[in-house]
Amino acid sequence: MVQTVIFALLLLAAFGLFAWQVRKIRANILVGRDRDVSGNAAERLRKTFLVAFGQSKMFKRTTPALLHLVVYVGFLVINIEVLEIVIDGLFGTHRVLSFLGPVYDGLMATNEILAALVLVAVAAFWWRRNHQPPVRRFTGPELRMWPRLDANIILYIEVVLMFALFFMNTADLKLHEIEGKELAGTFPVSNLLVGLLPAASVGTLEVLERAGWWFHITGIFLFLNYLPSSKHFHIIMAFPGVWYSRLVPQGQFSNVESITNEVKAMMDPSFVVPAPALGPDGAALPPQSFGVKDVEDLPWTNLLAAYSCTECGRCTSVCPANLTGKLLSPRKIIMDTRDRVEEKYHSPLIFQPNVYGAEARHEPITDLANATLLRGKVTPEELWACTTCNACVESCPVNINPLESIIEMRRFLVLEESAAPASLNAMFSNIENNGAPWAFSPSDRFNWADDLYVAEKGVLV
Amino acid sequence: MTPITEAPAKRPISVPVMADLAAAGEAPEILFWVGCAGAFDDRYKRVTRAFVRILDHVGTKDAVLGLEESCTGDPAKRAGNEFLFQMQAVQNITTLNNYNIKKIVTACPHCFNTIKNEYPALGGNYEVIHHSTFLQQLINEGKIGVSGGGEFKGRRITFHDSCYLGRANDIYEAPRDVLAVLDADLVEMKRSRANGLCCGAGGAQMWKEAEPGRKEINIERAEEALATLGGQAAALANLGGVETETAAPGEHDLQGSIIAVSCPFCMTMMSDGVKNKEQESRVQVFDLAELIASAEGINA
Repeated sequence: MVQTVIFALLLLAAFGLFAWQVRKIRANILVGRDRDVSGNAAERLRKTFLVAFGQSKMFKRTTPALLHLVVYVGFLVINIEVLEIVIDGLFGTHRVLSFLGPVYDGLMATNEILAALVLVAVAAFWWRRNHQPPVRRFTGPELRMWPRLDANIILYIEVVLMFALFFMNTADLKLHEIEGKELAGTFPVSNLLVGLLPAASVGTLEVLERAGWWFHITGIFLFLNYLPSSKHFHIIMAFPGVWYSRLVPQGQFSNVESITNEVKAMMDPSFVVPAPALGPDGAALPPQSFGVKDVEDLPWTNLLAAYSCTECGRCTSVCPANLTGKLLSPRKIIMDTRDRVEEKYHSPLIFQPNVYGAEARHEPITDLANATLLRGKVTPEELWACTTCNACVESCPVNINPLESIIEMRRFLVLEESAAPASLNAMFSNIENNGAPWAFSPSDRFNWADDLYVAEKGVLV
Repeated sequence: MTPITEAPAKRPISVPVMADLAAAGEAPEILFWVGCAGAFDDRYKRVTRAFVRILDHVGTKDAVLGLEESCTGDPAKRAGNEFLFQMQAVQNITTLNNYNIKKIVTACPHCFNTIKNEYPALGGNYEVIHHSTFLQQLINEGKIGVSGGGEFKGRRITFHDSCYLGRANDIYEAPRDVLAVLDADLVEMKRSRANGLCCGAGGAQMWKEAEPGRKEINIERAEEALATLGGQAAALANLGGVETETAAPGEHDLQGSIIAVSCPFCMTMMSDGVKNKEQESRVQVFDLAELIASAEGINA
């Protein structure tokens, strides 16, 4: 009875704290600009099914995809066990789902085998990150300090949780063995471990089994509340992130409606520019800036996407600029976005934003209070190194689009600050004056057709 | 009359200009959007001329805008100058809509992407195809490519994917289908199709110096292309990024090998890369249209 009450309180506290953190993150995401994401439900569902549930984009790289698949399926299956633990905890039952009989046997066996495989996968992940030199995509100025520690903490927690599961099952098996009873379920891994437990008294084993049980579920509750501070939040955010990802061809960049209105008004004097949007108080809202200077200038979908980033670095590892030693790292731009929105608005329980030094050739930030995403975190040098090749977008397993943020920040630099590199300003004037990005005379545009002949096939002179 | 030489007979082509057609009350089947590189860049003008020869050869009723064409605005948009982009776009859309243009073909993936994907929001709705897809259709219809690969038969060719054709618009097979009629020894670079490495010129990089780094992107890509054509497995062992193809086994002499491209910027970047590696006397960079026109024997 006491255990049931304690458990109910713990459950309430865990989900309460999680809901409180989720509300803050929701508020962070909603500081972004409006974006119409209505319609196309069938296509979004198909994409979510393929990319998020089906992990289709992970399989560009087979080894990490298989390792990740083990952990992912392990996570899905273990949730059934967590459900059982919650019911047992609330109602004082023991292995309440065992009435499923053979299905329960299969479930428990699958769970144990997956848990063992998860340990193998986690060991491999740890090795890939921590051996010298690590896999290239696990390096870079944005992957030091907290992000680096976070990645390892997740792996350690997973190991501890899997061991707690085995400990709980093994103690339960031993207990039933001593009492001469049959334990419902099949436990292929714990069966091997039973011999390791000392032939203790029933009382001791009951305590051990309970300890394993409490440790397992408390660990899960703690992990749940660790998620919002961690890249591991992707296990939840990847799904809405993929659902709301863009449906248009990757080459299509967004149209700026306010500029369209200006251009139309210039071309056609009878065009009536739509009235500005009204705020909640009925007064006209101030016009939005062109492009993105800070997080609230980004569409909210990009902020949502920043929360689905696992910092895996596939984007950075295929970026032609990054591959050839330029400063640009698409992952850094996404991580900076999340850091910035949490720094400016609400932060989760643990918040350690990246601070860059000389390695990121970062201009020193003196005025922290007024630092913005652009310049405060992302430098123009990074933005101008992008070739807009879409390799980062193509590679992201959860459909994050770093290119869109890059272009939006370029728009701010060019349209609000006139801060394009001089050579690009020359290109702009060429287009304005000659209708071509090079300094050629427009009257020479058709010269290519002069003295043009075609050889007549089979006819010889 | 007895022939004096063995040279093929040449016939002049006059390219129909849209303004003249409209004045005569005629409409073309398709408008050929030349693009700034196709009109001004000396190297890419040869591609434009080769493509026009193909259009003439198969008897397509085509037209160009001539002096009425202007930059699509792609480099301005990628550089963040949305205002300049829209001014260009609206100007071009006005011209195209005045002539009631329905279908456009272009040899530039940047023009292709911009007109196809970004003009509709500004009132320009056309069926737009890239010349690789157009050539693929002509091949499928049996109008070109029936005479085999000609001088390219058996030569080693690798195709460099353009970002704005490939990842931007999911066109990977059309250029490869076109190359297939050359009966050449086609080899894939390890980073190809959706994993293709950019030539380094997109996003308005064509008009600026690269940011400080270890290397130029076009050198990285040219090295990969040359190692692929040369079958140098060791040089391909440690590329960055995702690799899909296995390294070409066995060394090959580079003499007579070809890097095939389908984009004016890729053309410049790959040619510069090959020159940087001092291989320009052995390896040539050609556009698909040039390869097909030469194989057909219509390049005068």
